[in-house]
Amino acid sequence: DITPLSISLSPCINPKMAELGAGSLLLGDPAFNYQEAELNERLKRLYPAVNEDETPLPRSWSPKDKYSYIGLSQNNLRVHYKGHGKNHKDAASVRATHPIPAACGIYYFEVKIVSKGLDFLSSLLPLSPIPGWDKHSYGYHGDDGHSFCSSGTGQPYGPTFTTGDVIGCCVNLINNTCFYTKNGISLGVAFTDLPPNLYPTVGLQTPGEIVDANFGQQPFVFDIEDYMSEWRAKIHGMIARFPIGERLGEWQAVLQNMVSTYLVHHGYCATATAFARATETLIQEDQTSIKNRQRIQKLVLAGRVGEAIEATQQLYPGLLEHNPNLLFMLKCRQFVEMVNGTDSEVRCFSVRSPKSQDSYPGSPSLSPRHGATNPNLHSAGADSPTCSNGVTPPNKNKSHNKYPGVSSASSSSSSSPSSVNYSESNSTDSTKSQPHSGTSNQEETSDSEMEIEAEHYTNGVAENPSARIMNGTYKHQEILQAQDISLGNGVAGTDDSCASRQLCGGNQAATERMIQFGRELQGLNEQLCREYGKNVTHKKMLQDAFSLLAYSDPWNCPVGQQLDPMQRENICSALNSAILESQNLPKQPPLMLALGQATECVQLMARVRSGSCSFARVDNFLH
Amino acid sequence: MACLLEAPLRISVLSEVTATSRHYVDRLFDPDPQKVLQGVIDMKNAVIGNNKQKANLIVLGAVPRLLYLLQQGSSSSELRAECAVVLGSLAMGTENNIKSLVDCHIIPALLQGLLCPDLIFIEACLRCLRTVFISPVTPVQLLYTDPTVIPHLMSLLSRSQRTQEYITQIFSHCCKTPEHQTVLFNHGAIQNIAPLLISPSYKVRMQALKCFSVLAYENTQVSMTLVNVLVDEELLSQVFVRMMQRDQPIDMQLTAAKCLTYMCRAGAIRTDDSCIVLKTLPCLVRMCSKERLLEERVEGAETLAYLMEPDVELQRIASVTDHLVAMLADYFKYPSSVSAITDIKRLDHDLKHAHELRQAAFKLYASLGSNDEDIRKKITETENMMDRIVSGLSESSVKVRLAAVRCLHSLSRSVQQLRTSFHDHAVWKPLMKLLQNAPDEVLVMASSTLCNLLLEFSPSKEPILESGVIELLCSLTQSDSPALRVNGIWALMNMAFQADQKVKGEIVRALGTEQLFRLLSDPDSNVLMKTLGLLRNLLSTRPHIDQVMSSHGKQIMQAVTLILEGEHSIEVKEQTLCILANIADGNTAKELIMTNDDILQKIKYYMAHSNVKLQLAATFCISNLIWNEEDGSQERQDKLRELGFVDILHKLTQASDPNLCDRSDTATHTSDLSPAFLQILSSIDRQTGTNTCTLIVL
Repeated sequence: DITPLSISLSPCINPKMAELGAGSLLLGDPAFNYQEAELNERLKRLYPAVNEDETPLPRSWSPKDKYSYIGLSQNNLRVHYKGHGKNHKDAASVRATHPIPAACGIYYFEVKIVSKGLDFLSSLLPLSPIPGWDKHSYGYHGDDGHSFCSSGTGQPYGPTFTTGDVIGCCVNLINNTCFYTKNGISLGVAFTDLPPNLYPTVGLQTPGEIVDANFGQQPFVFDIEDYMSEWRAKIHGMIARFPIGERLGEWQAVLQNMVSTYLVHHGYCATATAFARATETLIQEDQTSIKNRQRIQKLVLAGRVGEAIEATQQLYPGLLEHNPNLLFMLKCRQFVEMVNGTDSEVRCFSVRSPKSQDSYPGSPSLSPRHGATNPNLHSAGADSPTCSNGVTPPNKNKSHNKYPGVSSASSSSSSSPSSVNYSESNSTDSTKSQPHSGTSNQEETSDSEMEIEAEHYTNGVAENPSARIMNGTYKHQEILQAQDISLGNGVAGTDDSCASRQLCGGNQAATERMIQFGRELQGLNEQLCREYGKNVTHKKMLQDAFSLLAYSDPWNCPVGQQLDPMQRENICSALNSAILESQNLPKQPPLMLALGQATECVQLMARVRSGSCSFARVDNFLH
Repeated sequence: MACLLEAPLRISVLSEVTATSRHYVDRLFDPDPQKVLQGVIDMKNAVIGNNKQKANLIVLGAVPRLLYLLQQGSSSSELRAECAVVLGSLAMGTENNIKSLVDCHIIPALLQGLLCPDLIFIEACLRCLRTVFISPVTPVQLLYTDPTVIPHLMSLLSRSQRTQEYITQIFSHCCKTPEHQTVLFNHGAIQNIAPLLISPSYKVRMQALKCFSVLAYENTQVSMTLVNVLVDEELLSQVFVRMMQRDQPIDMQLTAAKCLTYMCRAGAIRTDDSCIVLKTLPCLVRMCSKERLLEERVEGAETLAYLMEPDVELQRIASVTDHLVAMLADYFKYPSSVSAITDIKRLDHDLKHAHELRQAAFKLYASLGSNDEDIRKKITETENMMDRIVSGLSESSVKVRLAAVRCLHSLSRSVQQLRTSFHDHAVWKPLMKLLQNAPDEVLVMASSTLCNLLLEFSPSKEPILESGVIELLCSLTQSDSPALRVNGIWALMNMAFQADQKVKGEIVRALGTEQLFRLLSDPDSNVLMKTLGLLRNLLSTRPHIDQVMSSHGKQIMQAVTLILEGEHSIEVKEQTLCILANIADGNTAKELIMTNDDILQKIKYYMAHSNVKLQLAATFCISNLIWNEEDGSQERQDKLRELGFVDILHKLTQASDPNLCDRSDTATHTSDLSPAFLQILSSIDRQTGTNTCTLIVL
């Protein structure tokens, strides 16, 4: 319904989504930009659960969905009436650009009556509305204070309103009710059983009538956040008091089991054992199995994928054979790690340390990640470079350096970068108190070779301004002994700040091995294609991996993201899950399943228009 | 001691049970202090949650012994603390337990114990004191007998969260009078308790808040101080606003709203302050909603009624907030028919609160409708509203009757309602019944309402008159309460307005001249004003004037002289001069003035008075005297000219007040015998020849 001055909600027969916000024309106006930023911030705070990609919030009146008698100005926030207003046929209305998303939970907008106009029209109804607009509209009229719902006959509702009044409309999408406010005072429920997808709407019928909308551009007169806080508390109370029924007694056991399985899944062996002891629960998997998984995970996370594959094949024969996709993923990663210089095949292809299989003490200290990024992990790595590991600070390395001249040259980025590598790795050696004559010899030779290779393959590596340490030159034994520390500190040596990084650790033989491995990988891909048909994912993976070689500085190239140690985590958990599955254990810990399910459930609630999702967000409960 | 004296009576009943209990008491007398301590600890474990055991131990005289041990300097601090804990536990029992404890002088003993430095002991004493003081059977005055107690309690506030909680709880329960408020205020209650509002402990915050609500209630001094208090660099009113946020516990929201309400009523916060309009008022309206507990709804409605009582703007806002008027209708639906059938426990609960709910709703309606005609209309249009008031007037609970009549009184200020709903529902009937036998406070309200029902335009006036109300009203004028005397005479005044001779005669007869003249010397100026108003109404229309004056002329003239000579307000004198003017309008009554030179001099004096109202009334009087169509007007005019009235009238024509000029012109021209002009003026004078007085009781 549209009568003289009504604030209402209207549904739409043909919702026109994807309309541009009003502000797009006026981006140059700094005041407007400021207002826009403030609006965005306020909307984000009011409606955190709304995904604006799916369901945009109303931000202005729609210049398309309006009567011709309606004029818009001031970024489509001001509405004025420009008809003659002689009879009810001249009534006109305009609605907002978008319907109110259910995920708002509670939605609110205000309209300020700038001018009531020449009030020569008294109440007139029913109106002749534009087709499709009157059905199921819900309004509050200024002239008589009546509320109008669909039918067109008014009900006494609230006071009348006029020039200077601020009228607010709050839609509660949890219980599907609506109330209006006048100058910050709630007038009480106007409508119940509201349908979904309503648009904020305003109707005018008097010449000179002007109203300004506030969709969040300015602070509201009514304290809507206080109202929201009540509903948040209500929903949280509802969740807290949700009846659990006869399973009540098992509640503690369920929780303990969740914690225990989570610890076991990620291989926190010692913690899991201690927890099981304290809670007198049983761990399903046996100790050796957990430790094996733990060891394989550590290898993957350390970038030593080749060894991880080897260990998996040895401990879980047939596993990778039955999972060719997983194997291919692992091999691709191995190739990436070769480029990185972390894989043992390029680090030390002559040495095979049998000890590596039984000398992993403790549990991995790298915490598993749940999201796409983990700033903690990142910063931990940055804070503690390899060489330090809490033992020696980087500047001290220089004094231990066997080649001080080269080292200083590297810092000016003009000489062979590989020498830096040596100096760093040597100093690292010395910090581990493992003087190893063989190491320096071998590296010395590789140094000269690398200079040629570097020129040959990746010209400009030397000019790489960002010096990085490579941990690629670690000896196997060193790793094993320094296991806890080096793994713990964010996988030793992929650090941004210390020395320059080089392809395959700057080793020519290693580079050759890498090239060869690349060919094998290509072969594997072709073989898989023959056996299982074309696989787009594989092709993409392979392409991305090989692309690394096309850049002079693979770490700073469009596909350089692959070299980030954090990329190991996905494959690591995939491998872990595969192993667990092969042992007839759940491939996901129940805790993560529950979390994922809850998150998904809340998102689903938004899609099926259950407003309470706004106040039942999972992150409210994660601290 | 009382507790010991009771013992023999109960021993036969308790003989078996007491055997075990006696053992506990006996152990308190053991010579070995360690065994005594163990005995007290065992006793503590035995009484927890066991009311029977508590009663037994009290009967067996455990209390004096425990108090002795507690007070004994030689007792170990552990023993003393355990004794206090056991006493606290005993106090948790029935009201009889508390009485016994108080009779054993537990309060001074525990207050004395607070001087000990040991915190655990202090906390145990405070906990016990708290339990004793929050009981309705404990005389709160016991807290104030020793003047050192309050300052010491203030100093203990800094000791721990427990001391804070217990002490503030004691204060909020023991602050019942303005004197108590002053004592606490003078000992720095505000400065000491304000920081507790942001305590990490909810209990402490809550008790501190309650303290402020009782301190600020009807206390300007406290309220004015509170508005300027800062807590952690935040104004106290803002702290209260935060406590009213909707996600806070209801108890906290409600108590914070009370604090702000009391501060506002005491004038410390303006009624248009946003913290009142946008926060306190909506919060109190929310407390009236169906979702709240019955107790909260009662408190919310009463506080809201109090908040907006003097302010029409707040009444207007409340009347549109969250459908309050309709929401209140629900207060009358207890016990609901559903609860009666399904749930006995709920029925009991409903019944207990039904009276409270009804009286709270009536109070709130009364407050809502006290000024605005539209709101009154809205209230009377609420479902069954008038029926509810009518039945409320005859409820057994005095509180409900009082609230119902207050509500009726508030609505009776509406001319429209008097003409319609009041008459349709014959509210005068239960009202009259209520007036027969009711406590004074109900009588005051009921008689006020009756005053309005007796207004000339009220259709209820006739049936009320027929019901023999005059005797009742006359008896009210003899009441000791000035409010009742005012209402009695006020109602008579309204009744006499434009009444026929029979009614007037009846009033004079029933009241008796003696009483009438006693009222003219009443110490309450309101009573005097209304009595004069009654006289004025009695002395209207010429035959009535002559009749009344012929029988009571002498006394009336005497009373008038006395009042004009006495120290009275302008309003009283004006009213008296108006009576003279009415007398001057009589045929024979005129002579009472013309033959009284003293009165004529007085009239002359007031014609030259600095106050225009008095000049006007005096001139009016003269104008009636020289009215020239009547017999003997020439003689009167001559006499008045002799007395110098004409000169004064001429002077008055130059006066600035147009109203006065007009009047004085009339008088001057009349005396100049200008017949044509007089004819025009005669019509004016007919209208104003006698004037009467009615007022709606506000």
